[in-house]
Parts: sequence; structure tokens; C-alpha cells
Amino acid sequence: MTNISDQLDREDSRVRHDQGIGGAVRAFLDRVKSGDLGMLPVFIGLLLISVVFSSLNPVFLAPNNLVNLLFDAAAIGLISLGVVCVLLLGEIDLSIGSMSGLASALIGVLWVNAGLPWPFAVVLAVLAGAAVGLLYGFLRNKFEMPSFVATLAGLLALLGLQLYLLGSTGSINLPYTSTLVKFGQIMIMPAWLSYICALLPGAVIVYTGMNTNNRRRAANLSSPGMSVVFAKAIIITVALVFCVYYLELGRGVPWMFAVFTVFVIALEYALRRTKWGRSMFAVGGNAEAARRSGINVRGIRMSAFMICSAFASLGGVFAASRLASASQQAGTGDVNLNAIAAAVIGGTSLFGGRGSAWSALLGVIVIQAISNGLTLLNLSSSLRYMITGAVLAIAVIVDSLARRSRASHGRA
Amino acid sequence: MTADKGELILKLRGVSKQFGAVTALKDIELDVHAGEVVALVGDNGAGKSTLIKVLAGVHQPTEGTIEWCGKPVSLDSPGTALELGIATVFQDLALCENLDVVSNLFLGHEINPWQLDEVQMEVRAWTLLRELAARIPSVREPIASLSGGQRQTVAIARSLLLDPKIIMLDEPTAALGVAQTAEVLNLIERVRDRGHGVILISHNMEDVRAVADRIVVLRLGQNNGVFTNETSHQELVAAITGASENSVSRRMARKQEEAV
Ligand SMILES: Nc1ncnc2c1ncn2[C@@H]1O[C@H](COP(=O)(O)OP(=O)(O)OP(=O)(O)O)[C@@H](O)[C@H]1O
Ligand SMILES: [Mg+2]
Repeated sequence: MTNISDQLDREDSRVRHDQGIGGAVRAFLDRVKSGDLGMLPVFIGLLLISVVFSSLNPVFLAPNNLVNLLFDAAAIGLISLGVVCVLLLGEIDLSIGSMSGLASALIGVLWVNAGLPWPFAVVLAVLAGAAVGLLYGFLRNKFEMPSFVATLAGLLALLGLQLYLLGSTGSINLPYTSTLVKFGQIMIMPAWLSYICALLPGAVIVYTGMNTNNRRRAANLSSPGMSVVFAKAIIITVALVFCVYYLELGRGVPWMFAVFTVFVIALEYALRRTKWGRSMFAVGGNAEAARRSGINVRGIRMSAFMICSAFASLGGVFAASRLASASQQAGTGDVNLNAIAAAVIGGTSLFGGRGSAWSALLGVIVIQAISNGLTLLNLSSSLRYMITGAVLAIAVIVDSLARRSRASHGRA
Repeated sequence: MTADKGELILKLRGVSKQFGAVTALKDIELDVHAGEVVALVGDNGAGKSTLIKVLAGVHQPTEGTIEWCGKPVSLDSPGTALELGIATVFQDLALCENLDVVSNLFLGHEINPWQLDEVQMEVRAWTLLRELAARIPSVREPIASLSGGQRQTVAIARSLLLDPKIIMLDEPTAALGVAQTAEVLNLIERVRDRGHGVILISHNMEDVRAVADRIVVLRLGQNNGVFTNETSHQELVAAITGASENSVSRRMARKQEEAV
């Protein structure tokens, strides 16, 4: 190790520089204390949910129930992934439910009724979503229309279009033998592939960790050391392998969920490691400052609304394939609330400028676990709505309190 | 003495800016040459920041022409101004509090847009900050955790990043410590010696005299004379306040009487 005070970023003696695993843990505790909770509430929430529901009904933790849970989570999860993008800018899209319903209606009409090949219908549905997002972005940029008003209008308009498309029959059944429906109901990853996928993140963490460490050392910057990297990789690998093993006791890992996870990883990369992602956080944090830095704020807004609606469409397609039908009920009820709640519960702030793609994945598992657990207890949907509403309220309260605490600790 | 400093980079003629009923700028003329420090002084609300924002592409002028290196340009967005080589330190700094120092420094101009090069950006950040004798404990903390002066240093460092032709500083030393103020003044001189133009806004006449080649006075949104650093203090204050009999001269007279 080089002399510490020689390193570029180690000149200020006032800063405690955390080294090794102990340092990483200490830094994490500091962050939590200052209100930078990250994913912590989710893990605590999941633990609570598991304990409560499995004590009420042991089936809750049965492997096959969890497999079903993942099947159900993918559609809402995708919608929630889009919500993360608009929330990062401090905007909102209330029409995601209607958009997903419209997309499933489009699948029914284009594929079943008009006879287009299904991949074609899926692409068209997603493009329709992007076009709706373009319109929202335009209304926001051109007329400064608050997004919650524009999308509230969209909620009704899109629902109307969905009902119009489905016409008098009210619902269109999708053929059971098709790949699209199998994808939503029975397709499971082969066990060997699941295990490889479980090992991959650990390997990537070690590889990039090593790379970063070497480059930082070469550039005369302090490097956190490999012990933290290895610890992180080992914890994640063990956790993932255990999850796969447990799911393999049942049917295994649904392809649907795997595809959703790939989208999560792609968005996370785009948000953390690209200029576009940096601009998203900047616009969400201080739009005027972002503009003065030469960022195309309108373009960023436009892209966020388009991605949101496109993900909502894709989520609608997933939902249709899960239910094997395109119905008038698709996308109505608690879909909107659940998708937004998932993003917030996962740690994406409603106030803009904070969040991550992972929040969609973790949040949707929480939401789906609650809904699944309550269904197992044979509770009516009225109670389910009330409980999910309460969970959302709690998540927002945690978000607001954490924000206040961060402000007083100077962490924005 | 200034005309031979270098070529004319920036030339404003008849620039006006209206905010509804308020005329913030009227018929402004301003020249900036390469290798020259132009100080912009005036009372609160004289229109200095507005002028800077027009040049930074933040506000569009209601009237008037702006010439850049002899060619008329329209600065229709901050991006255009940055591309031409006009960098600005705004009075309100315009930093993103939720991002860390490195992200703020490189905002909009990240190295390697498809796979951000954090290591290289961090190294460059430390070098820039060191040039300014910055006292910043960590560049990986969000801006929200920095003091006012530290934020100002970050904003100044950011303006240097792209090696601009002209840098405009709106009260850059208002919150800075003694050493950091001296570094900023040194920096202004270094930037000038490299053949770049500087526009400096400051209420501190000592700093202005120390570095400025020309002192342009704005009063109530209009040009009110161009001076050099040999101009007497009284004359300058008179131009700023618009009268030789003003609160500053009255206060001076009173102090002198008390001393007698
Ligand atoms: N965005 C705006 N909308 C309306 N009026 C504005 C706006 N910005 C500035 N003004 C007005 O323009 C005038 C000039 O303001 P400006 O900020 O340029 O003053 P200044 O010379 O920078 O003053 P200070 O020394 O206090 O920073 C003021 O009367 C102000 O009220
Ligand atoms: Mg000002």
C-alpha cells in the first residue's frame, strides 16, 4: 500500500477513511443513520411479511407458491420499472394501468383478431406506448402541463380506447398453445441455466471490482480493497444460489421473471453508468442547474415519459400472456397503485432525484407477497385494497421522513 | 492599452432585456478581448447577473446583437454558449445537490457517455480542485453536504473544465476564505495570461482593481462608463451610484470629521 497521504483523495485529515469490511459496514451504518435508507426498509418489510404470513398459513413459503408469486410479479414489475424513470424526474404517470390494459387489448385485436404474428403485435403495442409517452412529454414541455394532470386525462382516454377496441365481446381469449401464453403460464428456465445466472452477478462484481481497484491504484487514488468486493460477491452469490435452489424444489425460475430481471439490470446500468442516467438524476435534482450545464432537459423528460409508457405496455403484454386473455378488466383496479407503490416501497423517492431500477424489483416482490399472502388467507379484495393502501402510505411516510433526515445531515 | 491585448472575442451592441414590465437591460454595449479581464460593477439590481445570463444562453435578449469572433451568433440555449466556449459561474451556483462533486463537475460533459469513466473523472476533479487550493474533504459526497464556499469552489472548477475562451464569474469570491479568494484572483490572472477573456462581477472594489484591465459600470440596466484600475475610488463609486454626493461619500466625510 502506498503512503496514504500521497493519494489524491486522502489529503484532508478531517475525513475518516473507512478501510476493509469493517469500514464498509461502518459507512453503511452512517448512511442509514443520516436517512439514506436505500434498500433496508424493503428487506425488513420482506422479513416481516414472511414471518407473519407463513405463521398464518405455511403454504406461503412453499416453493411452488413462491414460483407463482414470481410469475405474478413480472408484469407489475415491468410497469413499475417505467414508473421509476418518471419518479426520478419528480414527475408521475397515473395512466400506466390504462396503458397496460390498452396494450393487452392491442395484442388481442392485432394478434388474435387481425392475425398478425404475435411478436409483431408485441412490438406494435410497445411502440404505441412510446407514442403515448411522447405525447405526455410534449404536453409537459410545450405547455408546462403538470404530468399528473396530463396522465390523469390519459388514464380515462386510454381506458376508453381499450374498451372501444375490445368492443361488444368485452374480452378476447389468447390461444393456449401459443408461445406467448406458455411464456406467461408454464415456461421455466432449465435448472443449469438458473444456477449459472445465480453465479453470474458474483463473478461480475469480482471482475469489475478488481478492474476498478487496479485502475484507481494506477491513477493514485485510494482503493477500497478487495476484501469488501469479495465479501459482497460471496453474500450475493450465496443468497442467489439459495433462492434458485429453493425455487428448484418447486417448478423453478419462471422465464417471465428472468426477462423482467434482465430489463431491471439494463435500466440500472443505463441509470448509473451512462450520461443519460446522470442527466436523469440531475434533472430530477435541479432542472435549472441541469439546463445550465447544457443538458437537454426537454429531451430527458421526453425519454422518461416514453420509457415509462413503453414499459407499461410491455407489462400489459406480460399480464395478458399471464391471464391468457385481453379483457376489459386488464389494467384497471389496483394495477396503477401497485406499480407506483412498488417503486416507492423499493426506495425511489417521490420527490425526484433519488432511486434505482432495483427498487422496482424489490418493491414489486413486497407488493406481490402481500397480495399473495392475503389471497392465501381467503381475504376479500376489499381488505386487500385497504392493506395495500396502508403499505403505500407507510412507504411514503418513510420516504418523507428519510428525506427530512437527509436534509438535516446534508445529504440531499 | 487594452485594444492591443488581443483580438475581439465578444461584442455586444444594443442588447436589451425585458422581464414583463421591468427593463433589466437597455442598450448595453460590451467588448471582451482575448487576454483581458473585464470587471462588471454596479449596484444591486443593476442588471449584471441578467447580462451574464444573456451571454450564458439562459435568457434570450429582447433586442440587440451579439458577435462571437466577428460572427453574429444567437445564444439560444446554455448548451450553445458552452459549445462556443463561454463558461459561467452563476451567482446562485446552479449545482445539483443530490449529485456528488465529480458528477457536478462533469455534468453534461461526462467522459465516455456510454460507460462513464469514473476513475478518470475523479482524477481530473482532484487536479482541478487542487489548482484552486480547494478545501474539499471528499469528491464522492453529495453537494448538499458542502459549505457555501466549498460549493462556490466546485462551481468555479466546473467552469474551467472545458477550457473555455471566455469565463464569466458572477461574484465568485463572495463566500470564499482568504486563501481561496487569493487563489481565484491568481486563477483569473492565469486564465488571462493563457489568452482567454474573463468577465468578473464583484462588489469588492479592491479585488476588482487588483485584476481588472477595464471596469465597466452598469447603472439601472444601462452602461454608465468604462474605467481603468487607475480611476479613483470616488469616481468609480460616483459612477456606480449615479451621483458624487452619495451614501458612500457621506459616510466617508462623516468618518473624516470624527477623526479630526
Ligand atoms: N427572471 C427574472 N424575472 C423578472 N425580473 C428579473 C428576473 N431576473 C432579474 N430581474 C430583474 O432585473 C433586474 C436586474 O437584476 P440582476 O439580477 O441582473 O441584478 P444584479 O446587478 O446582478 O444585482 P446583484 O448585485 O444584487 O446581484 C432586477 O430589477 C431584477 O428584479
Ligand atoms: Mg447578481
